[in-house]
Amino acid sequence: MKTLILRTASNYMLPLLLVFSVFILLRGHYLPGGGFVGGLIAAIAFVLHAFANGLENTKGLLRIRPGVLMPIGLGLAFLSGLAPVLAVDEPFMTGLWWPDHVPVVGNLGSALFFDIGVYLVVIGVTLTIIFSISESD
Amino acid sequence: MEVLLAIMIGVLYAAGIYLMLRRSLVKLIIGVILLGNGANLLIFLLGRITKGSPPIIPEESSTFLEAYTDPLPQALILTAIVISFGLQAFAIILVKRVFKVVKTNDIDEMNTTDAGS
Amino acid sequence: MLAAVLTGFLLSIFLVFAGKYFKGKLAVLSALVPLGLFLYFLSFINRVSSGEIITQSVEWVPALGLNLDFTLDGLSLLFTLLITGIGFLVFAYTAAYLKGHEYLDRFYGYLGMFMGAMLGLVLSDNLLSMFLFWELTSISSFFLIGFNNSSEASRKSAVLALAVTGSGGFLLLAGALLLGNVAGTYSISEMVALGDMIAQSESYILIVVLLFGAAFTKSAQFPFHFWLPGAMKAPTPVSTYLHSATMVKAGIYLLLRFTPVLGSTEFWNTTLIIVGGITMFYAAVHTLFRTDLKGVLAYSTISVLGLLVFLIGLGTQYALVAAGVYIVVHALYKATLFLITGIIDHETGTRDVTALSGLRKVMMPVAIAGLLAAISSAGIPPTVGFLGKELVYEATLGMADWAVVLTVLAIATNILVLYAGFVAGIKPFTGKLPEKFEKVHMPSYLMWLPPVILAVLGLLIGIYPAVIEAPLIKPLVDSVGLEGQAVHLKLWHGFNFVLGLSALTLAGGFLLYFLWKPSEKKENAISKLDFIAPKSLLLGFSAGFRSFSSMWTNFLQNGLLRNYVTTIVLFLVVLVGYSLFSGENAFHINTESLSEMTFYEVVIMGVMFMAVAFVVVARSRLGAVVGMGIVGYAICLLFVIYSAPDLAMTQFSIDTLTVILFVLVLSGLPKYIAKSNLITRIRDAGVSIGLGVLVSLIALAVINEPVNKEVSDFYAENAYILAKGKNVVNVILVDFRGTDTLMEIAVLTIAALGVYSLLKLRLDKDENIEKEN
Repeated sequence: MKTLILRTASNYMLPLLLVFSVFILLRGHYLPGGGFVGGLIAAIAFVLHAFANGLENTKGLLRIRPGVLMPIGLGLAFLSGLAPVLAVDEPFMTGLWWPDHVPVVGNLGSALFFDIGVYLVVIGVTLTIIFSISESD
Repeated sequence: MEVLLAIMIGVLYAAGIYLMLRRSLVKLIIGVILLGNGANLLIFLLGRITKGSPPIIPEESSTFLEAYTDPLPQALILTAIVISFGLQAFAIILVKRVFKVVKTNDIDEMNTTDAGS
Repeated sequence: MLAAVLTGFLLSIFLVFAGKYFKGKLAVLSALVPLGLFLYFLSFINRVSSGEIITQSVEWVPALGLNLDFTLDGLSLLFTLLITGIGFLVFAYTAAYLKGHEYLDRFYGYLGMFMGAMLGLVLSDNLLSMFLFWELTSISSFFLIGFNNSSEASRKSAVLALAVTGSGGFLLLAGALLLGNVAGTYSISEMVALGDMIAQSESYILIVVLLFGAAFTKSAQFPFHFWLPGAMKAPTPVSTYLHSATMVKAGIYLLLRFTPVLGSTEFWNTTLIIVGGITMFYAAVHTLFRTDLKGVLAYSTISVLGLLVFLIGLGTQYALVAAGVYIVVHALYKATLFLITGIIDHETGTRDVTALSGLRKVMMPVAIAGLLAAISSAGIPPTVGFLGKELVYEATLGMADWAVVLTVLAIATNILVLYAGFVAGIKPFTGKLPEKFEKVHMPSYLMWLPPVILAVLGLLIGIYPAVIEAPLIKPLVDSVGLEGQAVHLKLWHGFNFVLGLSALTLAGGFLLYFLWKPSEKKENAISKLDFIAPKSLLLGFSAGFRSFSSMWTNFLQNGLLRNYVTTIVLFLVVLVGYSLFSGENAFHINTESLSEMTFYEVVIMGVMFMAVAFVVVARSRLGAVVGMGIVGYAICLLFVIYSAPDLAMTQFSIDTLTVILFVLVLSGLPKYIAKSNLITRIRDAGVSIGLGVLVSLIALAVINEPVNKEVSDFYAENAYILAKGKNVVNVILVDFRGTDTLMEIAVLTIAALGVYSLLKLRLDKDENIEKEN
């Protein structure tokens, strides 16, 4: 499958898709999208890249092992749930909001960090599964 | 339209169960996937289907102004879809591993706990 | 008192850690624990005999009414002294009996646990904590019977004993809860005042039956007696301690304890008299056919337990005095006989009555102890046994009805018990010493002193009955609710009718002992009747039950996935289908409210249907996967049409990934082979279509019903106001139901880790398996 066209295309596709996935993630609170879809799109971007350029290249590009994203994402999601407990003594998972309006994202709040946690976990899970399967053969 | 969708759900259920009853492990997994799709559609249908009104609050408003699709089943199904991916991946790898170890994919030959038999 | 109860458990825990240092010569030191407790309880004797009741209360689970309330009255005191006193001798004896045994520390651990549990049982004033200690005694008994865990017979006996006494424990729990419910308290001392109210309640009979069940199983009453002879597989110190002197008397204790609460009715008395009477005579007859010394002693123990139940059933003042005295008498002489049996077994290697004789020539002190115990069991003056027997006759003769029958039964039993005592205590020591036993020598003093002490004690108490009268027996009778002051224990009552009965008993017993010789032939003869014995009936029942359940399991749990699926689906179709089409709300479709079909919807459905059909009939794996992918994309389109953009995006991504996943592993997956024949396929198709039709009908039925959108509306209305989000689906996921999502991504992580480890894990056996194949 390592055709020249695919390889060239995927080199441009990867950053594009990744930006798109972040966009989908950030707008999720207002329009269709969110951490799950964003994470899946990002994962597909990397998988596509791996198909075109070989797994090793993709791994080199990624720098870290995808598995590491899982605890980071879980931790982020958990902390964003824990933040209200620690900061303002509210129940677990109470939404906290930044008072000012932020461009693109809209209101900045703990829910966004939660969604970013979901995003990271989904990337980590998907890539761990696909990569370790590709490696095993 | 609902009638057609209901029939489709029935077809997915029937196909899923039929494949689960086969002796091949791969068919078993595909059966489970079809069954899962059927279940998702069933939940979706039971939440009532509406065209062209996604559960997204209009830009300039803070609440819905007109009819909207029930968001709750959608949230449930979204979760189910993602989880089922984890399940499928695990099941596929398990089948692969089992096939490697016991050298058979016939479920009927796997009803003892002794490896290699 | 809490400390006293805990001491046993602490000893047991201590031995877990320090056990290896206590296997050798230090083992005997553990006997200091029961000795200390014995002295501790002895110090209460003055206070208790002056009528004081000592209590201690420790809150445990007050919400359940479960407190550690301890009460020391006359009844408890007698039992605590027996438990600790005989415990002391048994602990010391064991040090020599199991000298050098690999698991000696473990043995002491079990004994310590038992002692703690038994003390807790007799001191508890709270019915629930009493139940806990009751169960603990059963469990420690299980471990001790199965102590020789390499012997199958031991393990079987242990399980049997646990099954019988454990099920009795359940009855006790049920009875305790019921009684607590009726009385409104779990405190036994408070229940005494409510006795009349309980006796008139509707559940009275049930409560009594449940408590009887507990007492009869624990105290080996007919027809639950059969576990006790089996329990003799335990090392002899255990038989002495648990299965003769203390644990089996827990049932007796229970009956005595509840006499003031429940024991004022005809039902209570009659049942106890009948069960006790049958047990004492039935077991006593059995002793005639045993050649194993421990077998003889086991049956004579059952017989005495029957006698005690019988006496409690008589319920008169004399009877209860007799019961109290008999508990002491029996503990003293039966423990002696067991310990002697242990010595004989230990030194000669056999317990066969027919093989043993003349041992007095090599172990005189033991022979003396045996003689004293035998005459005590026979009730020959001046031993304490005589005292006990006289009281029994007084009690039976004092009954208004059936006095003659009861007395005759008591006499017959006593004749047989006398025989048993003589066989165990005298026969091995008389006659000619066989050659093979000439080299037998005296055991360590640790072994022969305990039985001698007990036997001499039996003699002394017989001569000076005042020793136990005021300090023990009177408070005991007081605490079961009768006037204890009127009791006078005397060895000599003058020439009266009771003395004549005693003489008759002795004459009968002597005759029996000299005329009846136990032999293997007789033992075998009676074992032919075993098939109607309760034990065989129970074992047969359990064997039948086991084969029935394995048949049932093999039928239902046959390990074939398809059978499970078929069964579940068929049940679903039949039951749900039935309820769908029956009753007032029978199924009907109202098509008016449904939306119209459009062209592209029909096209999508058509594509989807064909894809599903293709998946089902596909002959290659790749074909099936492609079909599956198409189904997924079609569903994605449906989500787009029906206002679910989030779902469409997710479904699209997941479907893509799933297909990629399948393609990646396809080479490692088995090839498609059609394995089923046509008939199977038609049958499966029938089942599947049945389910499909059912699901379609349910879906149609449900969309005809009005929908409740309360929850959805809440989310929709508050999505922006509370959570500042406009995509309600996303708001539900990350905010309203955020914790669920957190769990979900945790599950996803677990799945990924599972996949990773399945792939990376190299089974050690892999190579072997490949070679075998």
